[in-house]
Amino acid sequence: MTQAAHLWHYWLIIVLGMLGLWVVIAKRHYVKKLLGLSIFQVSVIMFYVSMGKVEGGTAPVYLPGEDGGVDLTAAYSNPLPHVLMLTAIVVGVATTALGLALVVRIREAYGTSEEDEIAAADRAEEDELHRQELAEEAL
Amino acid sequence: MSDGMLILACMITPLVGALLVGLTGKRPNVREAMTGLASLTTLGFVLALFPKVMAGERPSIKLFEMLPGVPLAFEVEPLGMVYALVAASLWPLTSSYAAGYLRGHHEKNQTRFFICFALAIFAALAIAFSANLGTLFFFYEVLTLSTYPLVTHAQNREARRAGRVYLGILMSTSVCFLLAAVSWTYFKAGTLDFRDGGILAGRVEETALPWLLGLFAYGAGKAALMPLHRWLPNAMVAPTPVSALLHAVAVVKAGVFTILKVVVYVFGLDLLTRTGASEWLMAVSAFTIITGSLIAFTQDNLKARLAYSTIAQLAYIVLGAALATPDAVLGGALHIVTHAVGKITLFFCAGAIIVFAHETNISRMDGLGRKMPWTYGAFLIGSVSIIGLPPTGGAWSKWMLALGAAEDHAFYIAVLMISSLLNIGYLIPVAARGFFFKPGAHLHAKPTPLSVRIPLVTTAVLCVVLFFSSSFVIDLVGPIVGRP
Amino acid sequence: MTLSDHLPVLLVLTPLLGAPIVSLFRSISRPLATLLAAATAAIAWGLVQQTADGSELNYHLGGWAPPIGIEYEISMAAAWTVAVVSTLAFFSILAGCHNAAREVTEGREHLYYAAFLLCLAGLLGMATTGDAFNVFVFLEISSLSTYTLVAMGKGRRSFTAAFNYLILGTIGGTFILLGIGLAFQATGSLNIDDIAARIQDLRGSRTVLVAFGFLATGLSIKLAVFPLHQWLPGAYAESPTAVGAFLAGTATKVIYFQLIRVCVMLFGASYVFEELHFGTLLRWLSVFGMFVGSLAAVYQTSLKRLLAFSSIGQVGYLTLALSLGSELGVRAGLLHLAAHGITKCALFLVTGAIVATTGSDRLSRLAGFGKRRPLIAFAFVVGGIGLIGVPGTAGFVSKWALLRAAFESGHTIIAVLSLASSMIAVVYVWRVVEVMYLKPSVETDSADGSRPWALMVPASILLAVSIGAGLYSAPATAYASRAASTLWNRVPVAAGLPEPRPVHHDDAHDAAAEHGAHESAAPEGQAGPEEGSTP
Repeated sequence: MTQAAHLWHYWLIIVLGMLGLWVVIAKRHYVKKLLGLSIFQVSVIMFYVSMGKVEGGTAPVYLPGEDGGVDLTAAYSNPLPHVLMLTAIVVGVATTALGLALVVRIREAYGTSEEDEIAAADRAEEDELHRQELAEEAL
Repeated sequence: MSDGMLILACMITPLVGALLVGLTGKRPNVREAMTGLASLTTLGFVLALFPKVMAGERPSIKLFEMLPGVPLAFEVEPLGMVYALVAASLWPLTSSYAAGYLRGHHEKNQTRFFICFALAIFAALAIAFSANLGTLFFFYEVLTLSTYPLVTHAQNREARRAGRVYLGILMSTSVCFLLAAVSWTYFKAGTLDFRDGGILAGRVEETALPWLLGLFAYGAGKAALMPLHRWLPNAMVAPTPVSALLHAVAVVKAGVFTILKVVVYVFGLDLLTRTGASEWLMAVSAFTIITGSLIAFTQDNLKARLAYSTIAQLAYIVLGAALATPDAVLGGALHIVTHAVGKITLFFCAGAIIVFAHETNISRMDGLGRKMPWTYGAFLIGSVSIIGLPPTGGAWSKWMLALGAAEDHAFYIAVLMISSLLNIGYLIPVAARGFFFKPGAHLHAKPTPLSVRIPLVTTAVLCVVLFFSSSFVIDLVGPIVGRP
Repeated sequence: MTLSDHLPVLLVLTPLLGAPIVSLFRSISRPLATLLAAATAAIAWGLVQQTADGSELNYHLGGWAPPIGIEYEISMAAAWTVAVVSTLAFFSILAGCHNAAREVTEGREHLYYAAFLLCLAGLLGMATTGDAFNVFVFLEISSLSTYTLVAMGKGRRSFTAAFNYLILGTIGGTFILLGIGLAFQATGSLNIDDIAARIQDLRGSRTVLVAFGFLATGLSIKLAVFPLHQWLPGAYAESPTAVGAFLAGTATKVIYFQLIRVCVMLFGASYVFEELHFGTLLRWLSVFGMFVGSLAAVYQTSLKRLLAFSSIGQVGYLTLALSLGSELGVRAGLLHLAAHGITKCALFLVTGAIVATTGSDRLSRLAGFGKRRPLIAFAFVVGGIGLIGVPGTAGFVSKWALLRAAFESGHTIIAVLSLASSMIAVVYVWRVVEVMYLKPSVETDSADGSRPWALMVPASILLAVSIGAGLYSAPATAYASRAASTLWNRVPVAAGLPEPRPVHHDDAHDAAAEHGAHESAAPEGQAGPEEGSTP
């Protein structure tokens, strides 16, 4: 097996991450952007989780040893990255929640959650202000 | 009073003056008295320093470190003394003139005017006494900022535009070129102190010297070297006392003074003459001299004509610095004095004509000299001094400059001669038309008040006095260029 | 152990634990938050004092020794950063009392202050922690609370600004997380010193290269390095006044310190600057940023946006200093971090005062403002001069340091370009000055009833500090020189774990991943509390 195929899980993570990033950048709807962001974050979480896996390793709970103690020779998966991801998941949830809350407020204020329409509304507002200023200047 | 305290007193007096002016702003007479008092006190302090420097001393004081290795420090050396003398002695005259002018012209914001004026003098004196490039740079910026409100005094669209050009050119050249030059010098030479013989010899590659000199020459944008001269004619929208201050006393002289000082104390005359790093600067200043004079010809507005004349005259001093021979530097230093006195006379007269005859264009001033004989008489004497004819001080400074050029660069004597002819061409007709042409029907000249007449007559007299007594400048500056 | 030994952790704990407490006591939330911010600032200055002799404080959280335990690492540079950040936070909170009630929905002030303190805790934690993953956690704490704070601004645009910031900020944060993960994979450690020590043997590894790439990109997004700056103008301009001031003074500064740590400490300057030539890339991005940011600032019609775009230009100066890849460069960066933080924070506060008196921050509303409110207008001029870097202000001290660093490392052209870009600063500052002083008033002010003096007092203090430091810079420059020197010459020491297994170069990537896994799994049984102390 070639090395590239051997590392198939990295390919999965890269595809997932790029997919998420693409959605964030290409989609104009705010909720879709948040979805993409979540997918992107999940890809990183999966990267960490896969990192902790040791080939042939077992869950990091000590196996009983021969002399009644614990078996230190057995291969264990590394629990550290997994634990770290608990935090990252919490961060992801909080980000998504906050983002959704903002989308709700944006929808209330603009009546839409499409980026283009919001940008157009902002531009119209700016132009109006500018027109007023020019009128004042003329006076 | 110790030397250090005396130096500080010279600079603090204008500051206190500014404060007092601010406090007494409600009552114009008291306010003007405060300005007068402050200006005379400052002059007194500067004069007290003079004999010490004449005797070869270098009074100095070091305050504190602004940046590591760059203290805020002052030292009175001959060149600085000359510049300080010019600034301090013309301030009382300008204050008196300004009082009469502003009232006659019904200007607004007179208090702000006098405050900024005092601040500008403070900055000019601090520049004169700077002991290192860091201090000089600091006060150079203070001078720019404190004169900005003066240039935009009228607060109309034109003044705004002029202020933009003024600040834009002066601030950006200093922030960009001068600071680059200063920092380059510091990081190569390890010091910014002004030292006899210069600090750069052997520290900077000789091929880089012209570039460094260029950064200094154009960084000191106040010297109005072409093509960075445009701020000067633009600043003409300011009230005439400001023009007098800008073009004769503080601002433009700060620029050429910086260049002179850099040439003498940072580069060192030997280094420049040996490497020829300043050849290009001679050519540029010669170009500026001729072109400035030619443009002055085309100007009908009297103040604009004087502004272009200033540009040309400043280039004389830069030329003196670039020639870097003892005589040329002496001539440059002397020209700081004689041009200041001559040009301020001309501006005083131009202002008097604007306020009391309401004329700005030369073509409409025919015959005005008969109605304003004092003013026109002074104008004639000032013109003669600028042209450089005896019996005025201007003759000596041109003579010294020509001597300085004679050694190796005789070509520039021709430039000086042509320029003198051009000066005659654009200055003498003003006086001649005033005296000999038939007055137009539109002329109404009010009599000039004494507060205006006395300063302009005094400066005209000074022009003549300098012809007989300008040797003190030579004696003062001589030692630093090896002419005891 | 006395209380002063615990300052490193108290620095973070005070605002972190203070936040929920503030949210519980609604009626006294404002004085409580101010008090907590003051205490935090005092602790930060205590740390400055403790590290002033060049020593480094290593605090083991809970008594657990690194690399298993989490370590707080207060170098001089970190103390410098947290002192600036917490002081500006204190002044911003103090200024918030001018009209927090009006800018923030009635009855929600306690939440505003809680978010503020959380943000502060995140920033301080990020600057002081010695654990790579902790950096990410604190980063997200500060980021999430920042998004909330931005969204509290007046008007609906603050929502979109916050949302855009959230999207870009999260991408940046996730990149950083990815970078940390790769570094962990390569070295098997999360302790920054430990990683730094081990990474020196793994220079050829592609994992290390990619880790650096992700970390640098992520931090650049959060730092608003051109061309990754799009989130910044909205976030600064649409947020409440005090938040804008706080963010402008601090947020990018802490991230900048992280970038210094990543380049200089974590991966090692010789790797980053000599092998990867990261400096060259960063240098040209910085120069572009300086020009683009400043030029954009010239064309803004509202004051806050003008200042925000100027910040993008100023970030260019910061990264330029770092990109020189020298000790003097780091020194210049540290100085500019403080100088710009103070100046920009003060300018945003003054802008707040302008909004409080005129009801708008549009430039057109400022006509004749110098006449109506001479003091506020003058404060803006002083701040603007500091932004340009005129001698006599703190901005000049840092610019001088930057020039020195540039000349010393032979980048004369860069030095001249950076000076040229400060000419643009003259233009955008003077546009405002001109309108304020030289245009006739067109209308009367529509004050919104808030208290401009509450903003002006902290702003004036900050401006006075800027001028004072500009005239007498010796203490600051001496401290920064020493901080840069300790940071630059630091030799990372690996913690007492078994040496990593030798890595085959052709297989570096995978092997690194595996040994990382073993490394961290192995000591599980042996690790314990540090001797002589109880957790």
